[in-house]
Amino acid sequence: MRMDDTSINDDEESQMPAGKMRSIQLSAWFGAKQALRDVNLFVKANSVTAIIGPSGCGKTTLIRCLNRMHELVPNAKTTGKVLLDGKNIYAKNIDPVLIRRRVGMVFQKPNPFPTMSIYDNVAAGLKLTGVKKDKGLDEIVRRSLEQATLWEEVKDDLKKPGTSISGGQQQRLCIARAIALQPEVILMDEPCSALDPLATAKIEELIVSLKQDYTVVIVTHNMQQAGRVSDFTGFMYLGQLIEYGDTKTVFENPRSELTEKYITGEFG
Amino acid sequence: MVSYAFRKFKNRLFFVLCLACVIIAVVPLLSTLLEVLVRGAPQLSVQFITQPAGVIGESEGGIGPAIQGTLILIGLTSIIGIPLGIMSGIYLAEYGDNRYAALMRRVNDVLAEFPSIVVGITVFTVVVLSLGHFSPLAGAIALSFILIPIVARTTEESLKLVPNSIREASLALGVHKWRTTMSVVLPTARAGVVTGTLLAVARIAGETAPLIMTILGNQNFFQGFGQPMDALPLRIWRDALQPYPSLQAQGWGAALILILIILSLNIGVRIVSRGRLGR
Repeated sequence: MRMDDTSINDDEESQMPAGKMRSIQLSAWFGAKQALRDVNLFVKANSVTAIIGPSGCGKTTLIRCLNRMHELVPNAKTTGKVLLDGKNIYAKNIDPVLIRRRVGMVFQKPNPFPTMSIYDNVAAGLKLTGVKKDKGLDEIVRRSLEQATLWEEVKDDLKKPGTSISGGQQQRLCIARAIALQPEVILMDEPCSALDPLATAKIEELIVSLKQDYTVVIVTHNMQQAGRVSDFTGFMYLGQLIEYGDTKTVFENPRSELTEKYITGEFG
Repeated sequence: MVSYAFRKFKNRLFFVLCLACVIIAVVPLLSTLLEVLVRGAPQLSVQFITQPAGVIGESEGGIGPAIQGTLILIGLTSIIGIPLGIMSGIYLAEYGDNRYAALMRRVNDVLAEFPSIVVGITVFTVVVLSLGHFSPLAGAIALSFILIPIVARTTEESLKLVPNSIREASLALGVHKWRTTMSVVLPTARAGVVTGTLLAVARIAGETAPLIMTILGNQNFFQGFGQPMDALPLRIWRDALQPYPSLQAQGWGAALILILIILSLNIGVRIVSRGRLGR
């Protein structure tokens, strides 16, 4: 491994001052099949970073490595480092459960807890992790739903099941559920792919507003979406991060021919 | 070339066949139920369900001890068996991706198919002989042997039906796995687990063979954990072997009571669990 511990110190000093997360030579496997090859990703604080690329290129695997969800798959393996505020989340003494509280996740398909009300869905993280019992919960639920721009639509139906609202609303509910824990980073895995254009527009607006308080990493197969919401873009192909830069540069003036071909729609 | 009319006919035929099968399956069941109802209903009275057995030719008596015994057995077996069964099912579904669990699953399946008389003899040898007397506890242990595999298997199947995305949603919030299982996965699978448990309880409530070897039967009400006890299936069995029509009639009454107990347990648990867990 070329990158050793000194690179962590570099990170803390001058090289990349506001880096919230960084992966260093990150590789991941499903059994014998390698899904990620030596990915070095940089995630700036209070920004939206988009990961684009054709299906099966490892986008989802990459963000699932950023909160240690990848290892929940049987026979999954990871090597390399992922730094969160300069600390390796794959270090031996780190509890993945605590990492997931700091790095939240929103999934491709809306997945509210079917047995819980809208209110309980938002409160679930705080209740089930034992962080907060009942005191102040109402306030947090309200604030999270407001931030997820869902409050006005559900404020009179908080006791209704979380699955009783529309797909787009469910996805915003899942975002509210993630931000109720006040994570530092929110990972989103194609959060709009199961939604109609109107619901998509709402979520995109929401993503842009989220970066005031959070750092967002979003996987998308929709390049227009990446162009609309992100500050930085990474292009992945066959498990490798081919190109990374600020979104404008990647889209208008890519360094790699492969990126250009993908962006102009020649393959993918 | 097969004509459209023939294809339409086949479509119709398939439906009729399915319907015929349902009727063939349900008719014997309903006629049994009707028979029990017709023969058992005249027996029902306060005296019948509260009194111990009478003396032939002197007093009618009732099946009180048998009802009490069955309720005690259902309670004890549920206390022993349901937690063990559900926890085993959770292990198999949530932690069961290894060779040891595969073996346990196989053993569990064999146990679920075990002839209940063999369970009775086993518990007789292990528990009754070492205690030195028949005991309600031995009966409950024998019935637990039958209950646990059924509950474990249905719990496992129900938990596996819960989509993985629900588990991941919880784990991604930084919730520990045990908490995810208990507070998110199990409530989502509630309906299946409750149904499986109720079916298992209904099954053990009607078991006769293991009870002969463990609680033996008794003419009197519960007399302590060191004494034989009666139960409805035992009473039905004994009454059915009697030459006296009055006792045979009491057997029908006992059968009706057993069915009613299972039915009310079923409805009761469903109402309670629906109220508590929502949905």
